[in-house]
Amino acid sequence: MEHKIINVKLKVWRQKNGNASGGFEMYDANDISTEMSFLEMFDVLNERLIKEGKDPIAFDHDCREGICGMCSMFINGRPHGPWQGTTTCQLHMRAFNDGDTVVVEPWRANAFPVLKDLMVDRSAFDRIIQAGGYISVNTGNAVDGNALPIEKDKADLAFANAACIGCGACVAACKNSSAMLFLSAKVSHLSLLPQGAPERKTRAINMIAQMDKEGFGACTNTGACEAVCPKEISITNIARLNQEYLLAGLTS
Amino acid sequence: MTWKQIFTSSVGKKITMGVTGLFLISFLLIHMGVNACIFKDLSFFDANDNGDMFNRAADFMGKTVVIRLMEVVLFLGFFVHIIQGFMLEASNRSKRKIGYAVNLGDKGSKWYSRSMGLLGTILLLFLMLHWWHFWIPSRFTHAGLENEVILSNGRVSHDMFALMKATFSEWWVVIVYVVACISLAYHLLHGFQSAFRTLGLSNSRYISLINAIGVGYSIIVPLIFALMPISMKLGWVG
Repeated sequence: MEHKIINVKLKVWRQKNGNASGGFEMYDANDISTEMSFLEMFDVLNERLIKEGKDPIAFDHDCREGICGMCSMFINGRPHGPWQGTTTCQLHMRAFNDGDTVVVEPWRANAFPVLKDLMVDRSAFDRIIQAGGYISVNTGNAVDGNALPIEKDKADLAFANAACIGCGACVAACKNSSAMLFLSAKVSHLSLLPQGAPERKTRAINMIAQMDKEGFGACTNTGACEAVCPKEISITNIARLNQEYLLAGLTS
Repeated sequence: MTWKQIFTSSVGKKITMGVTGLFLISFLLIHMGVNACIFKDLSFFDANDNGDMFNRAADFMGKTVVIRLMEVVLFLGFFVHIIQGFMLEASNRSKRKIGYAVNLGDKGSKWYSRSMGLLGTILLLFLMLHWWHFWIPSRFTHAGLENEVILSNGRVSHDMFALMKATFSEWWVVIVYVVACISLAYHLLHGFQSAFRTLGLSNSRYISLINAIGVGYSIIVPLIFALMPISMKLGWVG
């Protein structure tokens, strides 16, 4: 792939803290290698801002290899930027052209309040997991993997759902700020496996109750979440979650 | 878990929308079937029918006890679907106080999937006009239905066919009805498959089947409805 050096203009949301009202500011990011990741480009810009004695732009990041779910930028109207199935940290500057203006906003949802600049508080997801995203087993010695036979298709489907990194792109993309794709991945991941069977009913009920309490909206099956999910979690899982909830509600 | 907890949760509210939506979809099919009897008058079938088949069907629908009772259930279905729909729309809109400068828009979903509240509001406004045109005269005021006809089965009935012809003699009415049918088509295009998803249909084979039936239903049913005012205005029927 051709290596280029480009200049881009950034229109970035700046906000001092959760109580302050924020606004957009323009920055020039010059001499950016197209082989840099989007976050590396921000690192270069922040180094410059620090040298100039200005407040660097706060953003979330950790592993920078697309598996931790920390990065969370809404880039040019799409969570994690223009590439399909990619987190912001794995987005590279070759996705942009010389002279482009790139608009970067934080996730927008009442349930994800802005902490500073591009950082939002996603602890609502942690509380949803605490409400039911677990299995209760008495751990002792590790059990032999073959002791519990599991149908290959189901194991694969559970694994595909376990790939959810909880980044919140689904909420950011949804017009209702619904967290249903996240919940459906977590519920499907556990309820498809025999280990998840004992708490199957309470899991669906309690996680939905917590989601409603946190102030996320209801799902209207528009499909925006599925389109932007960096782990390409399918919206069909939401139907499975609805089924789990309905059965649990009617029989418990 | 109480019934109240189930039906006041976000999923429960959607289940209410799905169940009432599917009930209204089943009603549309019956409504279309009865009204399509006007097409017996097409020269292709029987140019001398003059709405007899339609008037017999309307007479049956109006005089049968079971159908009268179902009419009450139908109104309940409309009421719940409309009220719950507006409440959900308001609640969902309130979940993002500060919006985006650049929106995801069509990059993630279809415009009609995002506009169910707007399409539903257009349909509600149309519904009021539609009741004023047909349901209120036929049940209460009998305005425009003063003349009675003797049906081919010997019964005497209101001439609903004549009322349709009179109503659709004006272009603005025809245009409003066609616009309503287009709104209905898009409302169904999202609503049909969404209702099944909400009720938990997750099997991929059945989802493909429902999607196909949904697209067919959303095109064919509103198209036949739209053809009714058009054929009356253009004189193909009546």
